[in-house]
Amino acid sequence: MAPSPSSLPTAISSLLLLLLLAAAVSVYSSSPVLEGGIRVVSAEKRIDLTGSIVKVFLTLKVENAAAAPEASQVLLAFTPTEFERLAIVKAARAEGRRKKKMYIPHAVKASDLAAAPNGHRLYSVLLSSALKSAEVTTLEVFYVLTHSLEPFPAEITQSDPQLVYYRDSAVLLSPYHVLEQTTYLKMPSNRVESFTRVDPTSRTGTEVKYGTYYDQLPNSYVPILVHYENNYPFAVVEELVRKVEISHWGNVQITEQYKLRHGGARHKGVFSRLEYQSRPSISGLSSFKNLLARLPPRVHSVYYRDEIGNISSSHLRSDSHKSELEIEPRYPLFGGWHCTFTIGYGLPLQDFVLESDDGRRYTNLTFGCPLLDTVVDDLTIKVVLPEGSKNPQAVVPFVVEQHVETSYSYLDVVGRTTVVLKKKNVVGEHNVPFQVYYEFKPIFMLAEPLMLISAVFLFFVACIAYLHMDLSIRKS
Amino acid sequence: MAEPGSSTAAAGDGGGRLRNAFGGVLCAFTLLLIGVLAFSIRLFSVIKYESVIHEFDPYFNFRVTQFLSKNGIYEFWNWFDDRTWYPLGRVIGGTVYPGLTLTAGTLWWLLNSLNIPLSVETVCVFTAPIFSANASWATYLLTKEAKGTGAGLMAATILAMVPSYISRSVAGSYDNEAVAIFALIFTFYLYVKTLNTGSLFYATLNALSYFYMVCSWGGYTFIINLIPMHVLLCIVTGRYSSRLYIAFAPLVILGTLLAALVPVVGFNAVMTSEHFASFLVFIILHVVALVYYIKGLLTPRLFKVAMTLVISVGLAVCFAVVAILIALVASSPTKGWSGRSLSLLDPTYASKYIPIIASVSEHQPPTWPSYFMDINVLAFLIPAGIISCFLPLSDASSFMVLYLVTAAYFSGVMVRLMLVLAPAACILSGIALSEAFNVLTRSIKCQLAKLFDDSPAASGDSSAESSSASTASTNSAKNENRSEKTKTIPKEKPSKNRKKEREVAESVPVKHKKEKKLLVLPMEASAMGILLLIVLGGFYVVHCVWAAAEAYSAPSIVLTSRSHDGLHVFDDFREAYAWLSHNTDVDDKVASWWDYGYQTTAMANRTVIVDNNTWNNTHIATVGTAMSSPEKVAWEIFNSLDVKYVLVVFGGLVGYPSDDINKFLWMVRIGGGVFPHIKEPDYLRDGNYRVDAQATPTMLNCLMYKLCYYRFVETDGKGFDRVRGYEIGKKHFKLTHFEEVFTTHHWMVRIYKLKPQKNRVRGKLKKLKSGSKTSSTIAAGRNKNPWQ
Repeated sequence: MAPSPSSLPTAISSLLLLLLLAAAVSVYSSSPVLEGGIRVVSAEKRIDLTGSIVKVFLTLKVENAAAAPEASQVLLAFTPTEFERLAIVKAARAEGRRKKKMYIPHAVKASDLAAAPNGHRLYSVLLSSALKSAEVTTLEVFYVLTHSLEPFPAEITQSDPQLVYYRDSAVLLSPYHVLEQTTYLKMPSNRVESFTRVDPTSRTGTEVKYGTYYDQLPNSYVPILVHYENNYPFAVVEELVRKVEISHWGNVQITEQYKLRHGGARHKGVFSRLEYQSRPSISGLSSFKNLLARLPPRVHSVYYRDEIGNISSSHLRSDSHKSELEIEPRYPLFGGWHCTFTIGYGLPLQDFVLESDDGRRYTNLTFGCPLLDTVVDDLTIKVVLPEGSKNPQAVVPFVVEQHVETSYSYLDVVGRTTVVLKKKNVVGEHNVPFQVYYEFKPIFMLAEPLMLISAVFLFFVACIAYLHMDLSIRKS
Repeated sequence: MAEPGSSTAAAGDGGGRLRNAFGGVLCAFTLLLIGVLAFSIRLFSVIKYESVIHEFDPYFNFRVTQFLSKNGIYEFWNWFDDRTWYPLGRVIGGTVYPGLTLTAGTLWWLLNSLNIPLSVETVCVFTAPIFSANASWATYLLTKEAKGTGAGLMAATILAMVPSYISRSVAGSYDNEAVAIFALIFTFYLYVKTLNTGSLFYATLNALSYFYMVCSWGGYTFIINLIPMHVLLCIVTGRYSSRLYIAFAPLVILGTLLAALVPVVGFNAVMTSEHFASFLVFIILHVVALVYYIKGLLTPRLFKVAMTLVISVGLAVCFAVVAILIALVASSPTKGWSGRSLSLLDPTYASKYIPIIASVSEHQPPTWPSYFMDINVLAFLIPAGIISCFLPLSDASSFMVLYLVTAAYFSGVMVRLMLVLAPAACILSGIALSEAFNVLTRSIKCQLAKLFDDSPAASGDSSAESSSASTASTNSAKNENRSEKTKTIPKEKPSKNRKKEREVAESVPVKHKKEKKLLVLPMEASAMGILLLIVLGGFYVVHCVWAAAEAYSAPSIVLTSRSHDGLHVFDDFREAYAWLSHNTDVDDKVASWWDYGYQTTAMANRTVIVDNNTWNNTHIATVGTAMSSPEKVAWEIFNSLDVKYVLVVFGGLVGYPSDDINKFLWMVRIGGGVFPHIKEPDYLRDGNYRVDAQATPTMLNCLMYKLCYYRFVETDGKGFDRVRGYEIGKKHFKLTHFEEVFTTHHWMVRIYKLKPQKNRVRGKLKKLKSGSKTSSTIAAGRNKNPWQ
């Protein structure tokens, strides 16, 4: 399957349109976007299909044409489906040669130039130093796709292995001209049922190689489909609510409510505990029964429970760098099975709440989900600041939906300011620190003890008053 | 709670007042400690296990409380629960005693309005310990009314840790009894208080407290029968007084009106036989009151004439009324009594007619060891307490004795009612211990005084007198009975060879100051007596702590076993319920034996066919019949009930004895009671119940057997059942109408799904079967690639 002949005129017309648009908005007035100058000299796309999450490592060697103006950004294109499943895109530029090679991270943002052909969506890598004419640079792009492995057959029995489809393009989807390109797909095992052939295609062991392809036109797309065995646990957290409560009395209490699902091929028919226990190597291969959560060091009072009580199967290992909590859901999870649970733990305040130079305090916590190798469809982080704190401001390295609300607990009168952060499609790469800045006066810490003291005092006063009063009508 | 003003006479000077104030503070502090003790001894279950609701009924109460806290009181009254007794449903608001739920709901609401974020579950778990503390305070009040502060404190301490009460009120045991015992004791306290004071204020409070009791527990009928009995006793023994009238008449009127407000009682408050005693005594009381009134008006001669007139007319009217009543009552099949009440009057009733009541283990008569387990040394202290209640006999102490005697009878019928006996036993033991200590310490004090001088002895005595003045509220009455006492005690002595009681008996006469020179005990004997009593108390405390920690704190939904390689936790029930709740459709119906109904609705949130509220015998019999029928018949029964999953509890793999196979005979009995084709002898070989090779074919083919032992033989190759202790009879078999969908880690809960109905295509059935295998999606998936 070759790129359709119509794609070139479309590209040109869209290019014109973009130029117009860019001129009108004059955001990038100095360097119009799809400069004709940029082209991809060589591209290597390595797709890691071993887990439940698809990780793509893209190495682009980009060249600016000799006569072209300076380019400040490089665009990456994704199909609409990919765009929806895209969890994170990171880019870095390799500088230096050989031993001195180092990577300089670059900001990546969704391009507002949405009008790519076939509904393709664009991300732009903003180069720290503009690409001069006739200059060549190497960009390392890493992105993660979730929910991209489609189990087929969609329903399996206990003894079947799990087979999945992966769909992608043999050639690199790019708004630029690609001179030379290869694609590698890495599978977890030798068992590959089928894969689309787009010559030259070769398979060695667990790897399938597409290419090398030469001289691909912009926006060319050659669909491929790989069908292979993947028994990796497809743990999907459908909903995660993390509540961080900060108490200036010395504790940061974190409560995480999980709604977990096995996102792989649905289990069908009988579940035999006998088979599961006696033949673990062939029975329930794709099921999983434990998960690992990586918690901060010096964690204390960890609990693991669900709505009907404590779940007794968990282990906590702690050292000075991290704590690892190994948890087992109440039952092994087979495809399509759900479970819910809550993990809670306390952290020492001084590790996570700091004072900034301007006198404000800030929390320094990790975003994302502590469970390893899981996808979180819907993440909500609520940072409950102590009562009396003002002007909260969240600093998160990527785009999140956020708002402020008020919550009440433990004898609150005015309520606690709560910063709510929401993000969809969160993977392990999102586990980076984020900060919430706020203003807080320590005198507010005393409000509740004083309230209690005065209540007890009033009670005694009332008792004394009652004992010294004679309320009887008739004097005896 | 402090009672400083009870002996104002002694508090003339400043020292006495200070002493009184100090005594009051000490008393209040002791009560606080008793409350803490009562609360904390019940926390073993939380510490050893977790903060979780226990057993079966508490889960229902918890679910109701959740509903109440979520939807509010009006929704609660109108709640029609369609998650249970499918397809009949159950009107929860009208069939539940709402006291416990409303109490916990109010507590939760109060805490939440103070912004204390406790979950409903936490509040429910700790309701019982909180009310145990309340109950011990109520015991203090009640005993104080009868025998003074010292006895009150002693009784409260004993009640705070009596094993019988702990068994029903450990943290998590969220059941009606937890609050009802407090309500019971408090109602009795208010009754006795009214009887002692004649205050209408307390009479009204008494009616309200009775109302709370009616709200809380079906055991309120005990109150409404015991109080009339006591009133009658007072009248018969010539103790009628206006105080008695005030104590009883408002209770009947107000109490009945209030009781009728509770939906579950409603018109039963005036229509069932359980309540007739109070009305009858109400009439008698009025007649007696009238007689006393007329007696005061008329001269003795006229009174005699009037008496004969009234008695002849009155008797005629009475007979007529009684005849009508008897006719009315006799016309109803159960004679106006509920099954449980009848089995109280006639202990053999339930086993004869209502197997469902007899099948519950807590409705069995208790064994002697269970008395020792549940009230321990109190059983030996009670007689001494009874004796001291007769020295002197007051209205209050006669009430205690009557309470004890009736409760002892009821506890002999149903092991569950041991709970009602426990407070009575505690009160009387408290009285006994307190009197004994009183006497022994006083005689030591006398001896000490004698050793030094005569004059300090007098002052010491007076101080002892003043300190115990609050204890002996009816001192003058005691003085009169002193001689009586000395006569009765020696008679009792030989009959009781218990050392403690002898000491009590011996020491009682020493109390009186004037006779103390004669009756004072020797120093060594008193010291020894005190020591022995302390040892006895220590033994009791040790037993109680052991019972609270080991015997009664297991939540029964999670089991633990200690083996050489550490603690092993069996959390299979929750595993199964969690699986049901997350992996089945929200409207699926689950059939199981009724024991697991409440838990399934509360933990798994699935509709059940029958549950622990055994109101419909036929429905339970249907499930019992299905379980004891062959697979196909059972499938038809379950299918007709729209059941999708069948849950059985099986302990054979790990040796969990209270599983469904051991309960199975009750299913057969209850099923056979309604559907006569199920016959118990078919399941028994020579009258023995067994599931090994000698079991009957009916047994080996019934659904329960098959669901429990399906593929069990493959675990160890023999099929050795660890509960029954032998190999099972039928080892290899296939299920035709059910398929296993979930089995828990230790095989304790197994869930099966009803296979869908087969297509009724005759002749083509085989072909379809073989065809379906090859056309499964797996094969299709491998063969076909949609891209090629």
